[in-house]
Amino acid sequence: MGLFLAGNELAESFMIRGVYKLPFQFLGSEVWITTTAISSWIITLMILIFGIVVGGKFRKAEEIPTGLQNFIEMAIEALNGMADSILGSNRNRFINYIGTLFIFILTCNLSGFIGMRAPTADYGVTFCLGVFTFAIVQFQGIKNHGVGHFTGLFQPLPVLFPINLIGEFANPISISLRLFANLLSGVIMLGLWYGMLPILGRIAIPSFLHAYLDLFSGCIQTYVFCMLTMVYVNDKL
Amino acid sequence: MSAQGRQNVVPYGEFIINKIFNKISEELFMENGITGQAFIYGCSAIGAGLALIAGIGPGVGQGIAAGYGASAVGRNPGAKSDITSTMLLGQAVAETTGLYGLVVAIILMFVKPFNM
Repeated sequence: MGLFLAGNELAESFMIRGVYKLPFQFLGSEVWITTTAISSWIITLMILIFGIVVGGKFRKAEEIPTGLQNFIEMAIEALNGMADSILGSNRNRFINYIGTLFIFILTCNLSGFIGMRAPTADYGVTFCLGVFTFAIVQFQGIKNHGVGHFTGLFQPLPVLFPINLIGEFANPISISLRLFANLLSGVIMLGLWYGMLPILGRIAIPSFLHAYLDLFSGCIQTYVFCMLTMVYVNDKL
Repeated sequence: MSAQGRQNVVPYGEFIINKIFNKISEELFMENGITGQAFIYGCSAIGAGLALIAGIGPGVGQGIAAGYGASAVGRNPGAKSDITSTMLLGQAVAETTGLYGLVVAIILMFVKPFNM
């Protein structure tokens, strides 16, 4: 199956493979179902099942939490604290989107442990997440400042208009490229290591690379993505 | 020999020497050059290597930031988790320009935009 990284050809082991070609065309180019799409369906299904199970557990919530309820309450408190420090009193308007984004990107980044090629290692996915951030920021700017959002680009001096304009577009491009490049370098490093080792050597030896590249780097990149989204939104509130 | 006769011999000698030289170089080097596509791939590979000189910047900058973080923890050990998370956030943002160089190198090597 196209989902698994271990392959004999080195360069092909970290490229995205197309699995099925759909019979229609979109704006003149072919449409394929790729390994990225299948991975993100599997991840969405996992998050959905997890959410349903946790919702069922919380219906019979206890006063003093134990087990899964304790873990979920700690996670929610950590997310709320992270959003409080940036957004302040506007936290409840954005915590739904930020929480969903955090869970989705975290699970995508850690899916290397399950053997999938991470969906966020595909620039198509991270570019769309950057476009969501861009849309939210611009919408809040227009809603709260009206026309002042556009005249603000001329603000200190009209000469600075190109720099301000590029700065507005550079925000989503830089956050999406940061997430993509961190994960792609992890995929390439792991592809090279797995290609180098014999079959029996692939069992425990690359674990230190997984620990640094997937676990540490993946968690930090989700934290940075969500924090920067909140910072950009807070600038326009 | 007359002067006129000697003038006829010299250009013929040059012609013979040129012919011998061409035959020798043709046997020493198999082709007369490389194809255009191979040259483009070679220059793309050199460009990909040069693009990663951009890795120097984040290395120096993040090291200096880590030094300031360590001295801040030394001055105020109670705030260690706040200082650590602030430092990691700043380092992940500073890493971005190094990653731009990596993306350019990957595009040159695998996407091969200069295919003829």
